[in-house]
Amino acid sequence: MSTLPPVEDIKAQIEAGVPGAVVTVVQNGSPSAQHSLLLGREHARDAALFLRDHAELRLDFCSLVTGVDWLDTETSEKVKVKKVVEGPDGTQQETEVEETRKTKIPGYLEAVYHLFSMEKKHGPVVIRVRTANRADYAHVPSLTPVWRSCEFQEREAFDLYGIVFDGHPDLRRILMWDGFADFPMRKDYVPPDDDALATVPHGKSPEVQA
Amino acid sequence: MSNDLLEVDPIAGQGEIMEVSMGPHHPSTHGVFRMDVRLEGEKVVRLKPVFGYLHRNHEKIAEHGAYLAAIPYTDRLDYLCSMTNNWGYCLAVEKLAGITVPERAEYLRVIVAELTRFQNHAGLVGFLLQDMGASGTPLMYAFREREKVLDLFESLSGARMMCNYMRFGGLRVDATAAWLDEVRRLLPALPRFLDEFENLLRANEILMARTQGTGRLSRELAVSAGVTGPMLRASGVNYDVRKVDKYGIYDRFDFRVPLGDHGDVYDRYMMRILEMRETVKILEQALRGIPEGPIMDPKVRLRGLRPKAGEAYGRIESPKGELGFFLISDGTTNPYRYRVRPPSMINLTILEDMCLGQNIADVVVTLGSVDIVLGEVDR
Repeated sequence: MSTLPPVEDIKAQIEAGVPGAVVTVVQNGSPSAQHSLLLGREHARDAALFLRDHAELRLDFCSLVTGVDWLDTETSEKVKVKKVVEGPDGTQQETEVEETRKTKIPGYLEAVYHLFSMEKKHGPVVIRVRTANRADYAHVPSLTPVWRSCEFQEREAFDLYGIVFDGHPDLRRILMWDGFADFPMRKDYVPPDDDALATVPHGKSPEVQA
Repeated sequence: MSNDLLEVDPIAGQGEIMEVSMGPHHPSTHGVFRMDVRLEGEKVVRLKPVFGYLHRNHEKIAEHGAYLAAIPYTDRLDYLCSMTNNWGYCLAVEKLAGITVPERAEYLRVIVAELTRFQNHAGLVGFLLQDMGASGTPLMYAFREREKVLDLFESLSGARMMCNYMRFGGLRVDATAAWLDEVRRLLPALPRFLDEFENLLRANEILMARTQGTGRLSRELAVSAGVTGPMLRASGVNYDVRKVDKYGIYDRFDFRVPLGDHGDVYDRYMMRILEMRETVKILEQALRGIPEGPIMDPKVRLRGLRPKAGEAYGRIESPKGELGFFLISDGTTNPYRYRVRPPSMINLTILEDMCLGQNIADVVVTLGSVDIVLGEVDR
């Protein structure tokens, strides 16, 4: 069993091996210390091929594929701003005023892949690809052409999160039924209020009234 | 779930094409599972698995509850192997929050997990033979052994199948000395059952005719498709998470990983038989080495656990394959993201590749050798 190089080295190797690839290290604060690599959408498939075929990494086994929904977040910070204010005696005075500035970070959907190597028996290397926004059908490239094991799991992420995997051979709903329109694993999903088994108060059911 | 198969496109110059919808209520599909099969004569020319009938959005339910609340739900994933499901989830939480497990609890985890593996494989082999038409007898022999293991689980955890036994940081209840003696008494009976089973079946002509060369899976495709567990090893890939990750205390036990050669149904059947023999070896060693001591890390807060923001992926070798749990914490009491890596579902990816060009009767046998449980496929 060989040991994996640190993620920073893998990042450097991808950037050297795939021209134009944008790779960012995403730190993981938990004791598991499984840091991950964020790949740019344009070169994600080339980078995945590179990781699979690299002689030392040989990440031939894509174990887990999943979607994650990150909502829009708002950060507010208090900033001290110098302002010219008219003083009580009518003169112009410069004072410091505290202001809250709000910055909106737009949300996105994320596809996370956990890669292992069956040949070298090491792992995991975690890679992530993010969509541009949280629109109903947001696009990322499919990695099914690289690892066949993504086929059903990407279909599941499409079904439950609405991530569209470009280049997937057979992207259909897998767990929900065909006519279903929503994406139930999203954080802002509201289930419909149509429970057929909900109890009706006495005397209020349609049969009783009729 | 698509109905696009209803639009039949004629294949030029060939015979009549027939659509068959196998399942969802068919005894050989092991639950509510459907296969849209397109047949030319008896030959399969296309096969699409359809599932989701048992979908209850297990992941969403777990994201709405505390970390502790998800443990009983994991019992219902692969409802034949609740002990290993518990272990997979607890391992992921332990990685996420940096929790250690006392020695005695690690030993008990190995004992119950290996007993689970034994009863799962015994059941699978029985069902596989049942699917082949060996009505009743092999299944009853297998269930006779499975029953003994379930009795042990009942006296240990209070439940035969929904054990809800493990906790992150240890176990819910300790095993008594009498219980461990019960397991010791059971152990010699297990190889006897395997001998009897093998005498009856290993060189059985009908079994060999039906399974050898059926449902072949090549080594390359198995690796690329993420197939794990006995099915992967039947194709000759030496990959067992117990050996690779050495989670828990698996580095202390001496056992071998059986490997197949042809990747057909017969190899997959033999993998289960051979793995059961290795399981008995692990059980003997674990029962010899189990120490006294606490079964729970006293510092762990079971209720109201708040791991630091971050993520962790924990995986174990469940009887079906690699069972993994991926958790993202945002620092609150609920997991922000809870994801199960279901081995049954991912092993189904290449069902079509294994069945193309075979007779429809062999589809049943091939599916039986995959070992699926729909509670886990659909979640």
